[in-house]
Amino acid sequence: MKKKSKAVRYNKWGYIFLLPFIIVYVIFQLIPMFTTIYNSFYENYMSGLKQIGPNFVGLKNYNTLFSQGDIWTYTKNTLVLWIMCFVPQIILSLLLGAWFSDTRLRLKGQRFFKTVIYLPNLIMASAFSMLFFTLFSDGGPINSLLMQIGFISEPYKFLSNTGSARGLIAAMNCLMWFGNTTILLMAGMMGIDTSLFEASEVDGATSTQVFFKITLPLLRPILIYVMITSLIGGLQLFDVPQILTNGTGDPMRTTMTLIMFLNKHLFSKNYGMAGALSVLLFIITAVLSLIIFKVTGNDKRKG
Amino acid sequence: MKKKLLSALLSAAMLTGILAGCGNDATTPAADSSTTEAPAADTQTEAPATDDAAEEPAADDAAETAPAADEGKVLNIYCWNEEFKSRITDHYPDYTEVDATSGTIGDVSVKWNITPNADNAYQNNLDETLLKQADAAADDKIDLFLIEADYALKYVDSEYTMPIADLGITDADLSKQFQYTKDVVTDSNGVLKGLSWQGCPGVLFYNREAAKEVFGTDEPSEIQNYVKDWDTFNATATTLKDAGYSIMSSVNDSYRVYSNNVSKKWVNDNMITIDDNIMKWVDDSKTLVDAGATGTHDLWSDDWSKGFYPEGKVFAYFGPAWLVNFSMAADTEGSIGNQGGWGATEGPQGFFWGGTWICAATGTDNAGIIKDIMLKMTTDDTIMKDIVVADDDFVNNSTVMDAMAQDSSYSSKILGGQNPLGMYANGVSSLDLSNLSSYDQGCNEEFQHAMKNYFEGTATKEEALDLFYKAVVEKYPELSY
Repeated sequence: MKKKSKAVRYNKWGYIFLLPFIIVYVIFQLIPMFTTIYNSFYENYMSGLKQIGPNFVGLKNYNTLFSQGDIWTYTKNTLVLWIMCFVPQIILSLLLGAWFSDTRLRLKGQRFFKTVIYLPNLIMASAFSMLFFTLFSDGGPINSLLMQIGFISEPYKFLSNTGSARGLIAAMNCLMWFGNTTILLMAGMMGIDTSLFEASEVDGATSTQVFFKITLPLLRPILIYVMITSLIGGLQLFDVPQILTNGTGDPMRTTMTLIMFLNKHLFSKNYGMAGALSVLLFIITAVLSLIIFKVTGNDKRKG
Repeated sequence: MKKKLLSALLSAAMLTGILAGCGNDATTPAADSSTTEAPAADTQTEAPATDDAAEEPAADDAAETAPAADEGKVLNIYCWNEEFKSRITDHYPDYTEVDATSGTIGDVSVKWNITPNADNAYQNNLDETLLKQADAAADDKIDLFLIEADYALKYVDSEYTMPIADLGITDADLSKQFQYTKDVVTDSNGVLKGLSWQGCPGVLFYNREAAKEVFGTDEPSEIQNYVKDWDTFNATATTLKDAGYSIMSSVNDSYRVYSNNVSKKWVNDNMITIDDNIMKWVDDSKTLVDAGATGTHDLWSDDWSKGFYPEGKVFAYFGPAWLVNFSMAADTEGSIGNQGGWGATEGPQGFFWGGTWICAATGTDNAGIIKDIMLKMTTDDTIMKDIVVADDDFVNNSTVMDAMAQDSSYSSKILGGQNPLGMYANGVSSLDLSNLSSYDQGCNEEFQHAMKNYFEGTATKEEALDLFYKAVVEKYPELSY
């Protein structure tokens, strides 16, 4: 009897130590989430200094959102930007991770390189995109450089062409996040039992075979984690394109992401439309994460 | 036992940590974090609050302006840069500066609340405070705030600004002010609600060197012949292009010249309409861009500013006095302005750019001081003349400006010794600003953004117009097209 009550008491401490998280989570995540859903059914915005609403309008906000049809354009933009950033990023990270964790290579100055590749992430995204904005402006240094070496005769308008504008955004994101991904993947690779590598070496496997037959399959849980977090981050892409295009999503809103669109509703404090958009974004994120989770084949044995 | 004590201690420390977080901010947002329903209630309580604010000022008004003799202890001024503060510091006789954000007028202390304009931050901050105005303590209420023409009507057409007449300022006091400065801050019922000490009539500043090279003269009256109307202007653009110059740095330079000369408002009965003169800007600009006679840079961007220097190869900029005096790198060695290389001429149409208006906030407890500031800064001949001499501003006083325009001792070094004041004064008297709407800021910004795509060839005119409508409706959900 006494023993049992003691166990219960320990549980209590567990709950108490969980409290800070729960309180913060409820106040800053759960309640805002429900108010967002609640707000999405109301017409509620500021017209100049006049408050309009809140009036209950049912699904009108969702209706407007879908009937405009732009939401799919922005979803597509966001996904395209994510894929353009994620594919090179994962290849680069896998390669660097494999090199760094390969005991046979014994790379010198590993610590230095690990620090350096992580550095771009320490710069504020907004500062980073300001820098790129200046570098790639019509009369900026990159254009003068290209013109001086005779590569082009007229300044190339990087930010006025869909491909180059998207490319720049993807490149910046890739540059900012590949260090982070490399370190995550490296941690996963170093967790793989070295005896497996040794055994394969004894069997005469080439390093390509080792990578594809041993490293990659055993890395799957970490890969899924990286992919899902990157996707969620990618869907919330905002600061880089916002600053680079000055909030316009130019050219013709082909670099306008979902969150930039959400931000457009901030001007009139349009809680209704912004709420509807947020709910939709929540659903899209959930669905996409589920798809990735299923497609990449979640291994039941590993949980 | 010891273990238990330790864990009890730890968890107590942790909980106080959490609560302390709430406690420290107890002054304002305590309700937000301590009661869990607060965030949910937030959005709802805001609505009644604004209703209150809308009703109460009317009552407050009469109550507080009548006994103006006993003034509040604090004068709160909201603005977005140092300009007005330095004008007050230098030219308002009773003001004593204490430090960067405060000063005194007699025994009333003045508090400057300066929020930069970027990303609409100034208006967001001002709106939030104005909406709480009715419930704020007397010393926390906004007394005076500044506005710009693009969004003037948003504030003027609301109950949050006091009619100038209620302060005891009469039409006779304002007889010397330029009409357009009054048009901007007159509400839909014809009540004047703000005053400005400056006028910002724009002219065309041209590069004298380039003019000599291409046209063989840099005499303003001769150059005017080449830019006297839009057709001549566009023809001149081709001549300049052949000589290696862009007529303007960007198409956005001429936007204001067209948009100040419209015959319709941007919004009529909640419908967005595009004036013919603005469509003329689109067509003229497209021709210029396609011919390679000018660029599509945003104003204030690095590419736009290149023409401040001779290497930029830009023939002219449209702008008011402050542009050439303060914004075109006149202090930098090697710039055109530094060498006195600009000339001024009237250009195709009159326009204005910028300017700051002073408004009295409803509910202020310092009506007496506000009246005095307004009268001294916007109507007093001596003070206004000082402003022209000391700060090169173009003041809102026709008597002073006419006298200065005749005064041969006043000339602008940047403009190569030209006295442009007469030209400014001519431009300002022809302005008609009866077609302002409270949506101007958003419409103007979005229109230029959207059209950039058309000029650069990434969209057709229809697509660009669609984008414009879309963007405006996002900003102002009550509008349609």
